Amino acid sequence: MTATLGARPAPGRGRARARHRLAVLGFMAPALIGFVLFFGYPLIATVVFSFTKYDLINAPEFTGLDNYTFMFKDDLLIKSLTNTLWFVLVLTIARTVFALGVASVIARLKSGVGLIRTLCYLPSLAPPVAATLVFFMVLRPNDGPLDKLLDLFGLQSPLWFSDPSWAKPGITAIMLWISGDLMIIILAAILDVPQEQYEAAELDGAGPIRRWWHVTLPTISPVLLFGIVNSVILALQLFTQAVVAGSAASGSADTTGSTKYLGFPENSTLTFPVYLYTKGFRQFDMGYAAAMATVLFIISFGVTIVLVQRMRKNSSAEEGGPGA
Amino acid sequence: MRKHTRAALLCVAAALTLTACAAGKGGGANSDAAAAPGKDDKLTLTVWSNYSDREYEEVTKALKTFNKKFPNIEIKHEGSQDDDKITAGIRSGNTPDVALSFTTDNIGSFCSTGAFQPLKPYLDRDKVDLNQISPAVRDYTEYKGNRCAMPMLTDVYAMYYNTGMFSDAGISAPPKTLDELFEDAKKLTKKSANGDIEVAGYLPTMGFYANRPTILAPNFGAEWATADGKSGLSTSPGFTEMMTFQKKLVDFYGFDQLERFRAGLGQEYSADHAFHQGKIAIMMDGEYRTAFLKAQAPQIKFNTAPFPTWKPADYGTAFTTGTIMGIPKGAKNPGAAWELIKHLSFDTDTIVDLSNAIKNVPSTKAAMDSPKLEVDEQFKTFIDLAKSDKLKGNPVTPIGDAHIKAVTDFAAEYTSGKVPDLAAGLKKVDQSIDDQIAKSGK
Repeated sequence: MTATLGARPAPGRGRARARHRLAVLGFMAPALIGFVLFFGYPLIATVVFSFTKYDLINAPEFTGLDNYTFMFKDDLLIKSLTNTLWFVLVLTIARTVFALGVASVIARLKSGVGLIRTLCYLPSLAPPVAATLVFFMVLRPNDGPLDKLLDLFGLQSPLWFSDPSWAKPGITAIMLWISGDLMIIILAAILDVPQEQYEAAELDGAGPIRRWWHVTLPTISPVLLFGIVNSVILALQLFTQAVVAGSAASGSADTTGSTKYLGFPENSTLTFPVYLYTKGFRQFDMGYAAAMATVLFIISFGVTIVLVQRMRKNSSAEEGGPGA
Repeated sequence: MRKHTRAALLCVAAALTLTACAAGKGGGANSDAAAAPGKDDKLTLTVWSNYSDREYEEVTKALKTFNKKFPNIEIKHEGSQDDDKITAGIRSGNTPDVALSFTTDNIGSFCSTGAFQPLKPYLDRDKVDLNQISPAVRDYTEYKGNRCAMPMLTDVYAMYYNTGMFSDAGISAPPKTLDELFEDAKKLTKKSANGDIEVAGYLPTMGFYANRPTILAPNFGAEWATADGKSGLSTSPGFTEMMTFQKKLVDFYGFDQLERFRAGLGQEYSADHAFHQGKIAIMMDGEYRTAFLKAQAPQIKFNTAPFPTWKPADYGTAFTTGTIMGIPKGAKNPGAAWELIKHLSFDTDTIVDLSNAIKNVPSTKAAMDSPKLEVDEQFKTFIDLAKSDKLKGNPVTPIGDAHIKAVTDFAAEYTSGKVPDLAAGLKKVDQSIDDQIAKSGK
């Protein structure tokens, strides 16, 4: 569908130009209002609150940089930031590689493609709480199915969500299980690669691995970049799985209203958003939570900019390369 | 470019104005007592609580008894509302008339921020005698002299022990001292041929179930604050003793073996609870567990007793906490809300019936002495402890449960063997708590 606004008025015809601008503004208004209300205002409000002491009940009091300076002596904040950066690094790489691997295998299947594709995609439709609890039950030591299976071979599984060294890998495993959405997007991109390119590469003597490396990968790289950015944002916002896994492993999944168990074990699952929520909504320190949100925004923005610039550089290098 | 800058500045200014307006929103806190409703006034009182299922039904029944005094007041009880929802309600102006909170951890924040309205004007006007409630319970319903909540029943913590396992191990009486507890825990522990724990005499994992520093503190004589109001964990010998004792038990089991055993245990309020399953022989828990055990694990033979203490003179002490009731800021019918709170706090028949129904300890002395109160052998321990002047309440601060999390985290790390210097570790926790309280400015 296209919208026609008519020809641009000639210079000097002020009233017509104003009418033209109003028409443009009118068409843009719904998007602009949405942007201002749901992005611009909350963003500015968050930055403003970050310079205040604000308990959610009373009017905020300006405290300058206090919230930001307090971050340097807040051990839990450092811990939560470290945890989140761990997820950004490990989860981003693991999720993208996993989704790419599964999609590449499915793309080469000759039969049962529909069924396998559906089976791989289905877990991503599971509600995050349910998915996490299923994983928790499966990986549970002593009476979980995995532990029982390993027991047959005289092996023991790690303590997954109860061991600080294994809790984050455990959550990463859940995230991989539910990464069917990214897998489907990458699969669509792989299937979209022109067949002629493969045929040409084959004629040049390229085997399956070289064809994948030199034809598939460069062609789907914009989609992979999307996958990476999407995974980075997912890791930066990781909340539900961390809270549910930590609470269940601490034996308190059925205890509401307490922050004492968040981050279990030993705060290894205390992600930045979980700590932000705790400070803002459980400990009545919304000013500090706003400062944390501002820091998170700056980090997300920075990471995205770096990734997009890198991608642009790669694309222009390819376009300007030999044969271009 | 200049035009764009101007437009952006305009947007920022508009957002700032909106932010200031929004932040200042919310109903006013009343410094005077609102008038009680007339006998025939028709109005609806909204009550939010975190109760669900059977307990929700029982609390609703208790709320309805208010209609004997005010027949025209309709009570709308909404369950499954936690503190987050209460705060969000106050913030958005969608406030209940009465809010029931399951945790006393937030009382400092509720009182100091004005989220719950001060009740002193009502107490003074109606000449309410607060001595009907024990001092420990009074302590956890106010902050720095500002009473903004009243108790609705209380929870008292004591020792549960499996009498079958005690007889099998040849133990004739529950332990009263920490040494006895340690020796009994060793005797009651069962391990398989490959060394895996099958039954733990006593599970010392800090933060698991009710084995928490806050609950254990009174039994070790541990003090949370110094005389000048600073965090006093490192200067309180009780905290050092608590950590040392729990670590001694963890070392007896072996941390790795204990963790493998613990990780396979059920959730705290499910039928899979380790005590229900006969996997632990001794534990600390609240009086409500008596009802859970009878309903979910009738095969378990158990009894209760005061939890052992570090100093023999302290035997008979216990930790108490419970559900609290307040009038949130912006409540539409504060006068009627206070009448309902007063009714639930002091009407002996209502308290006794509710206590019998959900097996919590009554919050007033009259209700505890009522002949209508159903007290069996196991529940009697809790009533006796509640009547004792040794009862200790939850530590109250204006930082929610941040101080409790700090201590619990530290205790778990220390008992796992990751903290070599206990004194230095406790000092660090003190510093962290003091920093957060100072930052709150309350």
